[in-house]
Amino acid sequence: MTNKTVLNATHRALGAHMVDFGGWDMPMHYGSQIREHHAVRTDAGMFDVSHMTVVDLHGERTREFLRHLLANSVDKLQVPGKALYTCMLNEHGGIIDDLIVYFFAEAYFRVVVNAATRDKDLAWITRHAGDFGVEVKERSDFAMIAVQGPNARERVLALLHDTDVKRIAELGKFSAAAAQGLHGIPLFVARTGYTGEDGFEILVANEHAVELWEALIAAGVTPAGLGARDTLRLEAGMNLYGQDMDEDITPWEANLGWTVALDEGRDFIGRGALEAQKQAGVQRTMVGLVLDGKGVLRHGQQVTTEYGPGEVLSGSYAPTLDKAIAFARVPTGTTGTVQVDIRGRQVPAHVVKYPFVRGGKACVGI
Amino acid sequence: MSDIPGDLKFLKSHEWARLEDDGLVRVGISDHAQSQLGDLVYVELPEVGAALEAGNGAAVLESVKAASDIYAPVSGEVVEVNELLAEKPELINEDAYGAGWIYALRPSDRAELDELLDVHEYEQLLESEES
Repeated sequence: MTNKTVLNATHRALGAHMVDFGGWDMPMHYGSQIREHHAVRTDAGMFDVSHMTVVDLHGERTREFLRHLLANSVDKLQVPGKALYTCMLNEHGGIIDDLIVYFFAEAYFRVVVNAATRDKDLAWITRHAGDFGVEVKERSDFAMIAVQGPNARERVLALLHDTDVKRIAELGKFSAAAAQGLHGIPLFVARTGYTGEDGFEILVANEHAVELWEALIAAGVTPAGLGARDTLRLEAGMNLYGQDMDEDITPWEANLGWTVALDEGRDFIGRGALEAQKQAGVQRTMVGLVLDGKGVLRHGQQVTTEYGPGEVLSGSYAPTLDKAIAFARVPTGTTGTVQVDIRGRQVPAHVVKYPFVRGGKACVGI
Repeated sequence: MSDIPGDLKFLKSHEWARLEDDGLVRVGISDHAQSQLGDLVYVELPEVGAALEAGNGAAVLESVKAASDIYAPVSGEVVEVNELLAEKPELINEDAYGAGWIYALRPSDRAELDELLDVHEYEQLLESEES
């Protein structure tokens, strides 16, 4: 059965090209994904991300539970509303999912996980929550709209109740707070995103989602589909679960070492395996590729390096750069130029550090 | 649907062919096909002089989403390619039946054109694909 977000009819009325995405009927684009991409880089665009799974965790030992469950340390979260990006690992250090965790109170945290991994995530979280007496409650009563771009915050602030504007305007990056929208609609506003641009991700009750969406359109925000979301996050150097990492890949191999906290004495799931792998030496790493010639890098293409074979992970045409870019998993130490097999042709691509795009512009060396 | 030019013939895989006054056959993809592919970003054109066989790959279209082979509707020798597509592949998105043509060939057997779908049959194909 195909799931639909509460905005489904709204997307169709806007002429969206709908596709199946992990069991959800979602907008790929509303006419041109490249135009939508540029709208987010230069102005403000919005995405329906209601398919993502919001899970609330309640219980006195919730922090202790999350110290065990997550590879990043929730002890970094001390101010209510603060958020953290982290991986959730299995015993072998493989990535079950990447997620954002929010701290509200010692007995109340929230996690937002991927749509395609919902079932296994809930099963995993629930299985481990029992030992800590933590209650796991999915919040399917929420829709989620991501408003992103250099003008995104300003557009959202204009819709907020007067008493909330200053507080939400001052919200720091990776922080969230409750606010009231038009007509007192309760919102949960987080200064997070998946595009490399500033902006907010907003949780709103399902029954108010269409009203919020339409108010944002009236405020000049461009509806954008999952197609643009994918090219935006790739340019911004952000991993996509299932394409760039999975349960057989550790954070070290997915360039997510920065999200792993090996803080003293914390026994999180997968830590032993991660430490052993680090000690033995990590054989594979994730790098950025830029194609200088014509063509497009795609998931699954074979890469030849001087140290051995690799493969293209996320790959696409990058609208901001007008070039093809990709992430690739290659032997550790790979630099310089590699060859990519594009439909039987060996095409040179150069290895770069990413992000590829920051602040709407190409990064140095891209 | 009714805006498909009446002088076009189609392959089931959504390529169109138009027999022109000079006897050449111009080839492109349908408006339906371009909308399914999404924004095009790269076109691999055939070489002028290449001999194409009906039903075989002739060009490659890359959209942001995916790469797609474009098949030759009829056999013949490529005599002209749309060089503008190298810089502006979006011409196919903007005007699939006009400025977005891909190549022209000199057909070796015009009778092959009769085996293609006419506009009416192509519209029926689109309807059946939608249902």
